[in-house]
Amino acid sequence: MEQELLLKLKRKAADVRKGIIEAVFSAGSGHPGGSLSCADILTVLYFKHMNVNPSKPKDPDRDRFVLSKGHAAPVLYSVLAEKGYIPKEDLFTFRQADSYLEGHPSLKDVPGVDMTTGSLGQGICAACGMAQMGKLDKKDYRVYAVLGDGELQEGQVWEAMMYAAHYKLDNLTAFLDHNGLQIDGDIKEVMSPEPVVAKFEAFGWSVILIDGHDMDQIDKAIKKAKRTKGKPTMIVAETIKGKGVSYMENKYEWHGKAPNQEQRDIAIAELDAYIESLGV
Amino acid sequence: MKKATRAAYGEALAEYGSDERIIVLDADLSKSTMTAKFKEVYPERFFNTGIAEANMISSAAGIATCGKIVFASSFAIFAAVRAAEQIRNSVCYPRLNVKIAATHAGISVGEDGATHQAIEDIAVMRALPNLTVIQPCDGRETKQAVKAIIDYDGPVYLRLGRLPVEDIYDNSYEFTWGKGVQLKDGCDVTIIATGLMVGSALEAYEILKAQGILARVINIHTIKPIDREIIIKAAKETGAIVTAEEHTIIGGLGSAVCEVLSEEYPVPVKRIGIEDKFGKSGKPNELLKLYGLTPEDIVIKAKNVMTLKRK
Repeated sequence: MEQELLLKLKRKAADVRKGIIEAVFSAGSGHPGGSLSCADILTVLYFKHMNVNPSKPKDPDRDRFVLSKGHAAPVLYSVLAEKGYIPKEDLFTFRQADSYLEGHPSLKDVPGVDMTTGSLGQGICAACGMAQMGKLDKKDYRVYAVLGDGELQEGQVWEAMMYAAHYKLDNLTAFLDHNGLQIDGDIKEVMSPEPVVAKFEAFGWSVILIDGHDMDQIDKAIKKAKRTKGKPTMIVAETIKGKGVSYMENKYEWHGKAPNQEQRDIAIAELDAYIESLGV
Repeated sequence: MKKATRAAYGEALAEYGSDERIIVLDADLSKSTMTAKFKEVYPERFFNTGIAEANMISSAAGIATCGKIVFASSFAIFAAVRAAEQIRNSVCYPRLNVKIAATHAGISVGEDGATHQAIEDIAVMRALPNLTVIQPCDGRETKQAVKAIIDYDGPVYLRLGRLPVEDIYDNSYEFTWGKGVQLKDGCDVTIIATGLMVGSALEAYEILKAQGILARVINIHTIKPIDREIIIKAAKETGAIVTAEEHTIIGGLGSAVCEVLSEEYPVPVKRIGIEDKFGKSGKPNELLKLYGLTPEDIVIKAKNVMTLKRK
């Protein structure tokens, strides 16, 4: 990827992270850790790869995105705000009774949300259905999904793994946001889904292992997925929960907790300093 | 001619399936749910999910977001009860155009026994916002219901049976969404039935008539939203109600009728259904007898509820 674009994407991801912090801080609740960990993935998807048009959110030919780990709603809303689907100031209404920004993404309420998610395991199945229809209708659109690693504990995920490989859904690309932490602690201690790469391969998927915060690696993995025929692709993205906010990084306690005013100020200051260091 | 509602369902899918928006999913039971009839004609729009009902329902939701009309079929116990949360969160909450067409409802499943006999599915499905619940009583009504369900944009639970049932209607019948059907007029008591119990209610009518009791008989095919008017009118005009369903007495048709009457026009009600217990193996007709779901049981309750009428 050329340097100029890389810097632009890094800047965009930092803006997305600021939106996550503001949304969760305004709400006084929500899920910052797992939103920050997949912010780079969503940024590369929405700002480099996905064929979407915010003025035509229901375009039948658009690429689809399903946030299977629906509790990371703040990252999706923040990306949709950066992309122009919704006003940025609406992020401050997240989770409030008079807002349309539900705690978990709702397709009937939010333009740009392609599937209602929140109950883990269901989004990836819906993504399979969308990919299947792309094949049936001979359309060129692609379907992207992001799964949590704790989410892999839901049996329904593996039903979808079988289904996508069985029907050779090579228009489906899923990311595993492999941050290693879930609400109750380390995924390996709570209920290990490892070894994930071997499992996805055994289920018939093409698997690519990347650093989920390296824009270049994310970009190359998506390109490879687009070239892969006859198999769905799982991009196992090694990520850091809370990435970009020093005191949240690798702390499972920040799975589902909002920062207080002081913590919010520190987070925004850190992200602003990072943006300044980029020089764009 | 006797026909199971599931058989009529399969025929209806094949007959109306030329609409290219129609997609049919099944979880390895297509020969039993009769979706195989659709597959024979439109194999490219039929997808087997394997024995994976949760994925079937959630992927059906994803398919519906692409502008399709999706029928997802399995036995009622697996479609509606096992995958209840997928129906709730993937289908009903986003109000997607998915039709859960569940066969083998009730104890008339027979020999397979309790694990395969859904007796609580109406209660579970009725509690879900945005979901319409329909149970036809014969083949003709099933076919018309399927047509109406195709034309309706939104989630539907269609409850179907395994057992062949007698025709209730002739060729002149027209299915009307959300409207109960008065099959017999009477002034002494009203029998409100659904599904295969409609046939039993008509038999009970004849027995009662021979004893000088005129019962009104109503078929409720749309259990939700229920036809409040026909129920209130029957309460006002006959003063006593018996409900009959092949389902637990908790949360099904009987409960729905009582909810309407307790708020609008309280009269004595007796509910025929499965009395808060599981089914078992046996021949369907033996089980219907064992669980108190025969025309004779309806007759006894009808006479009983008449004694409770306010003087």
